[in-house]
Amino acid sequence: MTQKLEANELTLVRGEHCLFEGLNFALRSGALLLLEGQNGSGKTSLLKAIAGMLDLESGEIRWNGEAIRDVRQDFNSSLVWMAHRVGFKADLTLLENLRFESTLRPVSAHDLNAVLARLELSRLRKLPMRSLSAGQQRRVALARMLLSGADLWLMDEPFTNLDRAGRELVMDIVNEHLAEGGMCVMAAHQDVPLNAPTERILLQ
Amino acid sequence: MTTGEHTPGLMSGLLGTARRDLLLVWKRPGDVLNPLFFFAMVGTLFPLAIGPSVEQLEFAGPGVVWVAALLAMLLSLNSLFVGDFEDGSLEQLLLSPQPLVLLALGKTIAHWLTSGLPLVIMSPILAITFRMPADTILILMATLALGTISLSLLGSVGAALTVGLHRGTALLSLLTLPLSMPVLIFGARTVSLAAVGDVYSMGIFALAAYAVGALSLAPFATAAALRISNE
Repeated sequence: MTQKLEANELTLVRGEHCLFEGLNFALRSGALLLLEGQNGSGKTSLLKAIAGMLDLESGEIRWNGEAIRDVRQDFNSSLVWMAHRVGFKADLTLLENLRFESTLRPVSAHDLNAVLARLELSRLRKLPMRSLSAGQQRRVALARMLLSGADLWLMDEPFTNLDRAGRELVMDIVNEHLAEGGMCVMAAHQDVPLNAPTERILLQ
Repeated sequence: MTTGEHTPGLMSGLLGTARRDLLLVWKRPGDVLNPLFFFAMVGTLFPLAIGPSVEQLEFAGPGVVWVAALLAMLLSLNSLFVGDFEDGSLEQLLLSPQPLVLLALGKTIAHWLTSGLPLVIMSPILAITFRMPADTILILMATLALGTISLSLLGSVGAALTVGLHRGTALLSLLTLPLSMPVLIFGARTVSLAAVGDVYSMGIFALAAYAVGALSLAPFATAAALRISNE
């Protein structure tokens, strides 16, 4: 089934500063929306607004034609979120963290062991998160996305802290996800060579 | 983990968050032990300060134990959502298809099991230092059990409202204390009445009613407060 994420005339004001005004986009299955702009231009705020975590000044975000606040549960089960703060418990092991994630949202058909092997996390599975490097923690966040059955991936600066191989891995994984009919909104301040249909929004 | 796609059931988020928080406490017991230590200290220092008069100890006992329990609960509430807020887990909870009300309730249940229940279990030791008779100790434990349930639930609303603020401790106390007053009054008074052999069942009923009221309302307020705090 094709899914659709639309935004109509979004305006967001933070404090006295207008981050964006009259913003529109439409995203369909298999496509990528790239949010570009300098630090502080509002990429993260826009992502949060798309996820429904920020109240907009005006405008509406629609998931398959319905305002997201009316279909919050359905929308939330279709999205998975990757932010600066990875959202894992430092004292729990990698496996304990991922097991908790699986109680929160639909689980995909991906096999846990295969995903961990691909992300080179297999030998870290019994280690507490605090002993993993920042880049490894980002990889665990990628594992969360692969293991969730969500179509819409919201990624805020997914390349932070990753080495070259890690960055290529992100692009491969996102490309695959889009090829399988998923969709992705990504905030990035570097070039992202993806071969999926891409819409760009440049925030000033 | 299954190999096919599946959606977790309605209670899995509640059980999952409760289990995760209990596991965290198990791995890092220090945060939970501090309020308990405070509770024990107050309980043992008071009799030393009051003096050896049995009548005075019996008179002050229920009030002191209850105030110490209330303050220990307030101390423990601070960390309820702060950890999740700081490491980004809160965003993951907010964006989960599981109802946020149940996730918040799961966290509150874990909080009560690790903060309220230990107080109930420890209270007889304090009660003995105040020369409380055995049947009064049972009443004390019953009132503390019901009262701490209310305090955990009411406190979770305050903790959710102040989670985004730096140094929200004072504000958290200010928000939570007015709602905690009935619990303190009924709790301490019930034990006092039981100690002198008066009718005390009304107090237990009132505490139970308050706990049920808090259970049915507080998780919704907590969920709404978490959404606001995360903006």
